[in-house]
Amino acid sequence: METLMAVAVGLLFAVGVYLILSRSLLRIVLGTSLLTHGVHLLLLTMSGLKTGAAPLLGEDAGRYVDPLPQALILTSIVISFGVTSFFFVLAYRAYQKLGTDDMEQLRGQEDEY
Amino acid sequence: MNNMVVLPLLIPLFTAVMLIFFHKRLTIQRWISGVSSLASVFVSVWIVLEVREEGIQTLHMGGWLPPYGIVFVADMFASLLVLTTSVVSAACLFYAFRSIGADRERNHFYSFVHFLIAGVMGSFLTGDLFNLFVCFEVMLIASYALIVLGGTRRQLRETLKYILINIVSSTLFVAAVAYLYAAAGTLNMAHLSVRVAEAGQGGIMTVIAVLFLIVFSLKAGLFLFFWLPGSYGAPPAVVAALYGALLTKVGLYAIIRMFTLVFYHEPGFTHTIIGWMAAATMILGGIGAIAYKDVSRILSYNVIAGVGFIAFGLAAANRTALEGVIYYLMHDMLIKALLFLLGGIIVALAGTDKLQQMGGLITRNPLLGWMFFISALAMVGVPPLSGFIGKLLIVQGGLESGFYWTTGISLALSLLLLTSMLNIFMNAFWGEEKMAGDGIWKSPRLLLVVSAALLILVIFLGVGAEWVDPYVSQAADVLLDAQLYIDAVLKE
Repeated sequence: METLMAVAVGLLFAVGVYLILSRSLLRIVLGTSLLTHGVHLLLLTMSGLKTGAAPLLGEDAGRYVDPLPQALILTSIVISFGVTSFFFVLAYRAYQKLGTDDMEQLRGQEDEY
Repeated sequence: MNNMVVLPLLIPLFTAVMLIFFHKRLTIQRWISGVSSLASVFVSVWIVLEVREEGIQTLHMGGWLPPYGIVFVADMFASLLVLTTSVVSAACLFYAFRSIGADRERNHFYSFVHFLIAGVMGSFLTGDLFNLFVCFEVMLIASYALIVLGGTRRQLRETLKYILINIVSSTLFVAAVAYLYAAAGTLNMAHLSVRVAEAGQGGIMTVIAVLFLIVFSLKAGLFLFFWLPGSYGAPPAVVAALYGALLTKVGLYAIIRMFTLVFYHEPGFTHTIIGWMAAATMILGGIGAIAYKDVSRILSYNVIAGVGFIAFGLAAANRTALEGVIYYLMHDMLIKALLFLLGGIIVALAGTDKLQQMGGLITRNPLLGWMFFISALAMVGVPPLSGFIGKLLIVQGGLESGFYWTTGISLALSLLLLTSMLNIFMNAFWGEEKMAGDGIWKSPRLLLVVSAALLILVIFLGVGAEWVDPYVSQAADVLLDAQLYIDAVLKE
């Protein structure tokens, strides 16, 4: 199971990196969000995917899954959600003001201070 | 257990939340910001003295013993950096009162600054890897907001790049944490150190160490600094001063902490890489600093060169070099803030960032000119001033460890940096007067007073080296012997 997940994470990373290297701003934002999906799956996978009850004491099971990475992922999801929404709004403002979403045209120009 | 340890984080956090309610009331905002920054300085001094008296102070959040809960650790190294941070941020805040402009102030400028400071303080004090990640994010998100606040075309453009780089490096950070958790099964730094020592730093641990090195190098601008000069040129001077003084240094602190506490078993491999990266950073930073003809880029490349120099001290990794690192880190935070603040006044008075269009400022602003001159000398490390001792110790430590080439580079770098600073000084202050400046800030008196206060500290750090030495030496003890840190955290 871990092998399968590792392959999936690898695919997400590959697609994310490919999108980040493209020219259009929107693709870059999508690439970063795929990349964060990748690391969240990685965090879940690396703590082990052994079977066990959900980490609720009411389940009264013999063994539970590791609760720590779930907390870490939850934290990381919220942070990346905040950052992604900021990035989207920033991309929108930049498109309004700069009039392009092509990263090639967003090089520094001397005349716009 | 010492509840004071969390105060450097809590004061700016609480202040930032308070300021949200008063964002239209500029006077109240300034008063709250000023008082809180002075309170921060006071508390930091208190913590440094406490650590000096009683050794490493820890705080177990919620009473959960480590490694199960989050622990805050104030050893002397972290406390000194906290103190320097609070001094620098207080100076930047007072500078901002006069320079930042009502539009930005009304739009939560001071809240963002305080959130930034809270993130920096948390990063210095935390003893938990994931908590370090969260504090990094607090700092970074505040920095995204600060760099784009104002919304000029240049700021928007540079923020897009800055935010992208930092999202990628934060993603790598989480990946590195995931690998380390799988390999060691814990996230508490002291406990990690124990586990890594038990299991031995084999192939996988070294790979994870290198991954952490990449992550923190991206944040610190160590070799992977391609994003830095553009980003630091975009925001107003006071924001650039905060960045130049604090953000890269937090990355450096994380590198130093990880490679003296957790991954110190294979120095032949990891520290050699750090040494190479440091040498490359110094060369490239030095070239950049003399290549450009505008103030903000010269100062940005000086930041990069300083980062390379500190990393070189870490690579040398003996007692002399590490004492030099601590000394130079404190000096570098103060002096980079000071230079960016003075650079901001120069740019505002001359009305341009380009050196060719400046000239003759000395006739109307002799005080500014000589302050800039002295701080340039201090940055390069001319003996009575603060840069000297740190540089001397790092060079000495580098020679002791046999890094002859890198030591040579670091000495040559000092010349390049001196050239770059004198470039600014001679072009801006000498020559005939070309006052293009519309005098955006009519009376830079408060700005000069703030800069003078920083300058006095810089001079004091150099002249009073004897007095600072026991503190630096105590900080180096922990960096040299991880067991002191582990005992303080895990055995109580």
